[in-house]
Amino acid sequence: MTPHILTRSLDRAATSFILIVAGVGVLIPLSNLLMPQGSIFQVPTYLVALWGKYLCYAILALSIDLIWGYCGILSLGHGAFFALGGYAMGMYLMRQIGSRGVYGNPVLPDFMVFLNWDKLPWYWYGFDKFAFAALMVLLVPGLLAFCFGWLAFRSRVTGVYLSIITQAMTYALLLGFFRNDFGFGGNNGLTDFKDILGFNVQADGTRCALFFLSCLALMIAFLICRAVVTSKLGKVLIAVRDAESRTRFLGYRVESYKLFVFTLSACMAGVAGALYVPQVGIINPSEFAPGNSIEAVIWVAVGGRGTLVGAALGAVVVNYAKTFFTSGPLAPYWLFMLGALFILVTLLLPKGIVGTFNAWWEPWRTGRSTGLAADEESAAREDGIGAANAAE
Amino acid sequence: MNVMDTRATSAMLYLDGVHVSFDGFHAINNLSLTLEPGEMRAIIGPNGAGKTTMMDIITGKTKPDEGTVLFDGTVDLTRLDETRIAELGIGRKFQKPTVFESQTVQDNLLLALNVDHSVRGTLFWRGSKAESERIDKVLETIRLTDARNRLAGSLSHGQKQWLEIGMLLAQDPKVLLVDEPVAGMTDVETHLTAELLKQINKNHTIMVVEHDMTFVRELGVKVTCLHEGSVLAEGSIDQVSANERVVEVYLGR
Amino acid sequence: MFGFCFGRAHALFLSILLLSCFALPALAGPFEDSVAKFANDEFSDTEAAVGEVASSGNPQAFPIISSLKDGRLSADPDSKKVFITQADGKIVDAASGAAVDKLPDNAAAVRLNNRLRRSVEAALGGLTLLSPDPARRLAAAQSVFKSHEENLLPTVDSALAKESVKSIKQAFTEARAAIILFKSDASESDKLDAISVVKARGDQEALALLTSLGGDAPPLVAKAATSAVAAIQSNLAMWSMVQNAWYGLSLGSVLLLAAIGLAITFGVMGVINMAHGEMVMLGAYTTFVVQEVIRTRYPALFDYSLLIAVPLAFLVAGAIGVLIERSIIRFLYGRPLETLLATWGLSLVLQQAVRTAFGPTNREVGNPSWMSGAFELGQITITYNRLWILCFTLAVFAILLAMLRYTALGLEMRAVTQNRRMAASMGIATSRVDALTFGLGSGIAGIAGVALSQIDNVSPNLGQSYIIDSFMVVVFGGVGNLWGTLVGAFTLGIANKFLEPVAGAVLGKIAILVLIILFIQKRPRGLFALKGRAVEA
Repeated sequence: MTPHILTRSLDRAATSFILIVAGVGVLIPLSNLLMPQGSIFQVPTYLVALWGKYLCYAILALSIDLIWGYCGILSLGHGAFFALGGYAMGMYLMRQIGSRGVYGNPVLPDFMVFLNWDKLPWYWYGFDKFAFAALMVLLVPGLLAFCFGWLAFRSRVTGVYLSIITQAMTYALLLGFFRNDFGFGGNNGLTDFKDILGFNVQADGTRCALFFLSCLALMIAFLICRAVVTSKLGKVLIAVRDAESRTRFLGYRVESYKLFVFTLSACMAGVAGALYVPQVGIINPSEFAPGNSIEAVIWVAVGGRGTLVGAALGAVVVNYAKTFFTSGPLAPYWLFMLGALFILVTLLLPKGIVGTFNAWWEPWRTGRSTGLAADEESAAREDGIGAANAAE
Repeated sequence: MNVMDTRATSAMLYLDGVHVSFDGFHAINNLSLTLEPGEMRAIIGPNGAGKTTMMDIITGKTKPDEGTVLFDGTVDLTRLDETRIAELGIGRKFQKPTVFESQTVQDNLLLALNVDHSVRGTLFWRGSKAESERIDKVLETIRLTDARNRLAGSLSHGQKQWLEIGMLLAQDPKVLLVDEPVAGMTDVETHLTAELLKQINKNHTIMVVEHDMTFVRELGVKVTCLHEGSVLAEGSIDQVSANERVVEVYLGR
Repeated sequence: MFGFCFGRAHALFLSILLLSCFALPALAGPFEDSVAKFANDEFSDTEAAVGEVASSGNPQAFPIISSLKDGRLSADPDSKKVFITQADGKIVDAASGAAVDKLPDNAAAVRLNNRLRRSVEAALGGLTLLSPDPARRLAAAQSVFKSHEENLLPTVDSALAKESVKSIKQAFTEARAAIILFKSDASESDKLDAISVVKARGDQEALALLTSLGGDAPPLVAKAATSAVAAIQSNLAMWSMVQNAWYGLSLGSVLLLAAIGLAITFGVMGVINMAHGEMVMLGAYTTFVVQEVIRTRYPALFDYSLLIAVPLAFLVAGAIGVLIERSIIRFLYGRPLETLLATWGLSLVLQQAVRTAFGPTNREVGNPSWMSGAFELGQITITYNRLWILCFTLAVFAILLAMLRYTALGLEMRAVTQNRRMAASMGIATSRVDALTFGLGSGIAGIAGVALSQIDNVSPNLGQSYIIDSFMVVVFGGVGNLWGTLVGAFTLGIANKFLEPVAGAVLGKIAILVLIILFIQKRPRGLFALKGRAVEA
């Protein structure tokens, strides 16, 4: 059962993407660890962490593209799932600090000691075990998305209404996590992490391992998304995106499909957040800010909504630009640029970089390779019936 | 032809005393109608007579304020949602051709096939010979075999209408509700469509809404004229078009 | 040794009194002797001096103690003379009030510690009962009501006899009742009368006073006090409901003002304008600019600044709205999600533009005199700015409603809302209507900004804090229906304020958001939804 999903998912572009990510995931850590300090071939550790952050954003972008690009659900609250995954990981990292905190309490994190709490709140139990935390990274965002989606999709909240209530959801969480008595460190969030699975989070080796894991996670997330969108389920999702009620009249339970991708997407966002936190060293409520979620949507729009490679590319490109501009003399103009990016992409480049490139490149390529090659190309693109029949 | 048999149990579709109002406007007013198994019925009537709203009620898109809507003599359609009703075997073609424009003609039909529609089923779907044969057959019927790999959005208006009828065929429902199938078609296309519907009628029950009287005449089936949300006249095309009231409100003199 | 309890002012005062009682027999002499104690540079003597001077009834008592409080009282330890440096720099002898040329060389300011400061405050409270300034007398009466200092009874009585202002007289009566209530040798009937006076006052302080009465009172008094407490509590509960309702109305009016423009753009055009909050912000900055110009050029016009700002803000925000519609939004009709993103980008640009032009910090927008201050209504305080904003909001709503109903543009707008294609074929220039509608929605956001500048910080982030709330209002009320927006805004405002005392401000807000999310499940199209086939189109 699995192999045919794999073969179907991996067309030429997808395979190239996987190979590139794998190459980056191996080469950059190796260069950081093996090359001598100061060599031009040595990637400094801060860059490894920075690019690791971009990779997490790329996973978040994939998760958004899966629902927005393929199913037409524009979530303006995906940052919430990202942050929840991040908090789950942050809680594990907090508990790993143990008695090395400022107050030296073996069980309670510093902020709880500071607030005069005498025992750990129940929802912090279990987070001293990595396996439990890892499970929560998937479960908490997944469960929230499931409950939220179940309510929203069942009563057919669609389009901008859905966008607005997802935004309200992340806003509500933002307000909540800002509170000290929520037990997640309030305004300051969770930080001052010491080690993860026994390795120092600051060490070069750990950074490189986390970078590699982020690449791996990106590959897996990409493969899962590919598998979903190239299956018949993917066709149903596109059908829902383009003509929801038509799909319903064909006898598809649209809400189940939406719920499935929404939950899957939230879990992916949670994983992205969990990998993000040890690499940046902090998680605080500002991750829930509605602005963050919308910004993540624009990565997808820039890269090309409905193209998975585009989503990942868009996340990296926009964030690289952000780092570049906000650290230079142009910093005061970054928000102008970001704002303009929103406007220009929606007005002038609705398909995004990859989408536009495809629309441009495909006719040229097929035009050039008429005859024999055309069959091959079209067979590769028609991953539906044609491929399935060929497999038999 | 099956003459005026109103026993609920034998009718494929049974509507009785149906009322719907939108903000005080009575879209459907005490509508009663039956459709026998294997029958093809043409529905005519002026704009706003409630034709599309009636289809909305049958397919579960709109819930009636009161009245009975039975399918197959036993199933109360007013309690079910669109998906469930489609699963039961009621297919619908929309007034405005609605196909999945960004997908190929073939994929449109694949989506319409009445196979496992669960999330699990579609995720792990891998196609079968039987399925592709059925799709081939439908493509042939709707004359779109050559266009199978084209995007549905690139089809002409008439082709889209046919694709949508083709999707109904792939869905293989017990009852087809067809809303204005020949709107915007050339005379030749209209004729071909009438032929197509007659052919489909051999093993499906059909309800057609249409304004094109030539087309309705060509179908040669029992006609129901709706007006202001209820049945104004019913009978053969000649009987109905001879009816004073029908002429007055709809056909004109 | 006297059983000091630092936390309780009246206990403290009692001990001062005890001190002075001990001291008096030894130093029974004229007022000067008491004053001279300030020169001993001992806290205990200073304390005694405060007590004696305060209860002396001498006209110099108030200047002495108030200057002590302000650090203007100095003493010469050699001559035991005490001097007051008046606010205008003149020096007088404390005991006699006679002018002195200059301070002796070795005179030093009389020192205070925290404990003393409290006795000084209490003493001043008693002394200001006789102050010529009515506001101070009232304040003093209130403070006596709280401290119910037994030895102030004669002062209160004389003040009461002299008082001519009705409200202050009432305050004195209540202060007197408070003293009697706690006076150990007062008769039971006097105490019962006192209870009824305190009960009639009926506020939080009356409640505090009665509950602090304690169980050692005579049974009849205790019983009366208990029933008075119950009465006050239910009265207070009622007023707190009224208070919450008022806060809710006030919040609702702010929400309505912020959301009403959105209801137009979203309701009529189906356009999600995420930059709506920034239109509000621009309106607020217009007010700021208007006030700056007035401040520098025509200060006399300051009270009219808002009247000038309202039309200007409407024009500024409206013009920018039309510009946005013509340059961005019209290319995105039928693509609501893209519109949402583009307008969000626009909001970032506008915020940053304002940040660049006016700086990132809050700008000062003043209240005109007719908008500052407050008045009391029963147990609640109503501020004029909130009241004006409520009236203003309702006026804007009424004007808008009338405009939609009776003007040509309103008719065209309604036509376009109901059936765009039909309206177009009837010869309505839908693109012009769109531009004007968007301009109208934005312009109203602009005047909302004028109002909000009166109660909120004017900063580049002003708009962002309202955008989610306004969307909630519109979604909750139902799209395309102004009455829905009105009901939605006030419902949310009042619900928010009633939840706040129960759940806290933040949790209350979260609860509201969760409730709306749940509500949308039940009624996806809001309270007042359009029905029928047109909805899907």
